[in-house]
Amino acid sequence: MCLAIPGKINSIELQYDGKVRMAKVNFGGIVKEASLEMLPEAEIGDYVLVHVGVAISKVDEEEAHKTFKYLKEIGDLGDLVDVDDYLPQNDD
Amino acid sequence: MKYMSEYRDPELAKQYLKEIKNTVTQDWKIMEVCGGQTHTLVKNGIIDMLPKEVEMIHGPGCPVCVTPLHLIDKAIYLALEEKVILCSFGDMLRVPGAEKSLLEAKAEGGDIRILYSPLEAVKIAESNPDKEVVFFAVGFETTAPANALSVIHAHRKNLKNYSILASHVLVPPAIENVMEDPDSHIDGFLAAGHVCTIMGNLEYYPLVEKYKVPIVVTGFEPLDILQGILMVVRQLEAKKAEVENQYVRIVREEGNLEAQKMIYDVFEITDRLWRGMEVIPMSGYKVKDKYADFDATIKFKVHIPEAEENQDCIAGEIMKGIKKPVQCPEFGKKCKPTNPLGAPMVSSEGACAAYFHYSGLVEA
Ligand code: SF4
Repeated sequence: MCLAIPGKINSIELQYDGKVRMAKVNFGGIVKEASLEMLPEAEIGDYVLVHVGVAISKVDEEEAHKTFKYLKEIGDLGDLVDVDDYLPQNDD
Repeated sequence: MKYMSEYRDPELAKQYLKEIKNTVTQDWKIMEVCGGQTHTLVKNGIIDMLPKEVEMIHGPGCPVCVTPLHLIDKAIYLALEEKVILCSFGDMLRVPGAEKSLLEAKAEGGDIRILYSPLEAVKIAESNPDKEVVFFAVGFETTAPANALSVIHAHRKNLKNYSILASHVLVPPAIENVMEDPDSHIDGFLAAGHVCTIMGNLEYYPLVEKYKVPIVVTGFEPLDILQGILMVVRQLEAKKAEVENQYVRIVREEGNLEAQKMIYDVFEITDRLWRGMEVIPMSGYKVKDKYADFDATIKFKVHIPEAEENQDCIAGEIMKGIKKPVQCPEFGKKCKPTNPLGAPMVSSEGACAAYFHYSGLVEA
């Protein structure tokens, strides 16, 4: 139930008499609505993590590379890992 | 999909497994708290590929599984009331109550709607002014802000026909409960990344201090989990016990402060019964008095007897990580997803369901 999925904000509109920001978020081709009330800083083009219709976090694009660099950072297997092979690709 | 598929790369997974193998020198028991992580581990076969020294223990992080039987019976009772529309996440539907499940209540004519978001329930309440709309609000900290937000929306729209049946549980008291249990011997934890997305990591420092166990906040994709395991193992081998964050692309140290604000506007902390386990002090949320009109337990006085749990089901021991699903005598026999004896066999985060579907131990 804690399932949450990252998607890209396509558009933002105001609802509830302008009090609430709702976004259309693209999840690899499927577009769903998500409330931005908990992410006041989120803008069009941002990747956000959405859980039960609410965006709960912005994906940090810099930090997203860390999982691919970690083995290199800690040493041993480093030579085998070419970070560039694994970096996230844009999918829109 | 960006930020998902690249964390499933099999080559890098192999390198992580190799590094875990190279690092480990003795036996360690690591608990993944969240049921979503249990499913990643079993579904992708990671659990069988880990070196034998690393044993993964499945934790209590399945909100559907720990929702008390009595509350499920209440939801079923309400669903069968003439003027009630009961809304719920799909996961709750097949969970067995004392006599029946919500799905069976639906077949008997109960107006039960499966929703993706609690905000949809508010819309249903708006367009059905002559009905009472009750949202069965289960979940961990991850889901609490969305459920709180539904109450805030209903309040803002001055709706009189919306309420939530809240069964919210919290992760840190559950970790504490596991550590205090003399039957469980956990050396380190993968903490649930999405819970920390909301609450941040600060709650885990006192636990690390008190129990001297590493806690690594971890994501949900195979590479996330493998990196999380490696980080725990590295700490254990170096005799360290620290809070670390593997899921840095999502989790900030302080969490999501806006979301926390909404939680604390609507909910307050209370003792809570965990199904199959016990009452854990200060381990859940209840609706605050100021929103009492939106609290289904206050709005509807439902008096039904407390039923006994099915004696054949050992879900409590499964949830505490004391036993594995395959150690349950009914696993795959009397108990299957189509005819579950306990909640862990139906929930998409239940350990029994994960083993049933993906372990290859039973013919599904
Ligand atoms: S296999 Fe079924 S009966 Fe056994 S613990 Fe799991 S849910 Fe309960």
